[in-house]
Amino acid sequence: MSQKQILKEKIVEESPRDDLIRRERFPHIWCPGCGLGTVLKCYVEAIAASNIPIDKHVIVSGIGCTGRIAGYVRLDSYHVTHGRPIAFAEGMKIVRPDLEVTVISGDGDLVTIGGNHFIHAVRRNVDINVFLVNNFIYGMTGNQMGSTTPLGAKSSTSPYGCPEFPFNLPLLAAALGAPFVARWTTLHVRQLADAMKRALQVKGFAFIEIISPCPVGFGSYNDLREGRDFIKLFLENCIVDHSADLNKVGITLRPGEPIILGNFVDREVPTYHELELEVFRKAGWLK
Amino acid sequence: MSLKLVREPINKHLQKVPLGIIHVIPERCKECGFCIDLCPKDVLTVGEERNIKGYRWPKIADGKATECIACKMCEWICPEFAIFVVEVDRREHV
Repeated sequence: MSQKQILKEKIVEESPRDDLIRRERFPHIWCPGCGLGTVLKCYVEAIAASNIPIDKHVIVSGIGCTGRIAGYVRLDSYHVTHGRPIAFAEGMKIVRPDLEVTVISGDGDLVTIGGNHFIHAVRRNVDINVFLVNNFIYGMTGNQMGSTTPLGAKSSTSPYGCPEFPFNLPLLAAALGAPFVARWTTLHVRQLADAMKRALQVKGFAFIEIISPCPVGFGSYNDLREGRDFIKLFLENCIVDHSADLNKVGITLRPGEPIILGNFVDREVPTYHELELEVFRKAGWLK
Repeated sequence: MSLKLVREPINKHLQKVPLGIIHVIPERCKECGFCIDLCPKDVLTVGEERNIKGYRWPKIADGKATECIACKMCEWICPEFAIFVVEVDRREHV
């Protein structure tokens, strides 16, 4: 009987990862069932597993629900204007190449409003890590459709279904020459943390698309009203295929059409920093 | 819905199964249900007590106190850093 009392759940005040999060701000502002807390957890675990000192890590995020992640990590964090975190991070990495700069922001921020920055940062191959959290919608501004809303999905500005094709982000990043491209959901936590850890090591632009539940925004228009409905969707529809044809990994969310996940691309590409030093040497500015 | 194992190893009686002690931070819980749904052993269930915001934090289901195998799925999936598992030696507690 006394043993049973030992094996009850224990009520505590602190979690073992409280050294890397700003625990005084918890519980955070995200809705119940949102996947952003899980993304934060995976990022914190990836930082703890990387052998880079904490004061070399920098996180940049833009506006939106995902933009709040920078405020919950006990690192040097920057919260910048809408759509511009990649531009800001590029500048920081070029001036301070010793820092490990990570951008975590949403789909509306990075590829809809800041789409051109994204394209040119991948093309330029600056050594930053971009973790894009895709919830298929503009969440914080009022559930309007965006460039990642699947064809036919409903939102506050497309009540009869979205008439546009969405971005296929892994294909876009790979076509522009990104050295590391992956896609995971917030259900695949360990794989996501491993991919983040790999992204922190990769030289060049590392891109991970993270598919996240949004039960209050996207879900309320599309019959996925609870976080667990999204988890069920991921459990039933996700296929892991690391060598998938990137032309066919677009997300439709229609029944019977899978969401393909994996670490699609992992290759070596010369970074902007290396090519820039070469130019400096040719010009005679470096000895 | 839950991640149940289908196959059984033939030397199952020789395997040492770890035991996990579940720790909960009630004030952070938002009752999303991820830990309850994704536990492969169905150890957790919705509790009766409510925290200051009215959410019922998880508790160990009746008779499941020694079932936790410390896979830490609840700890990884929890968006609130509100649950974690400490692995202990099963022989000392069971």
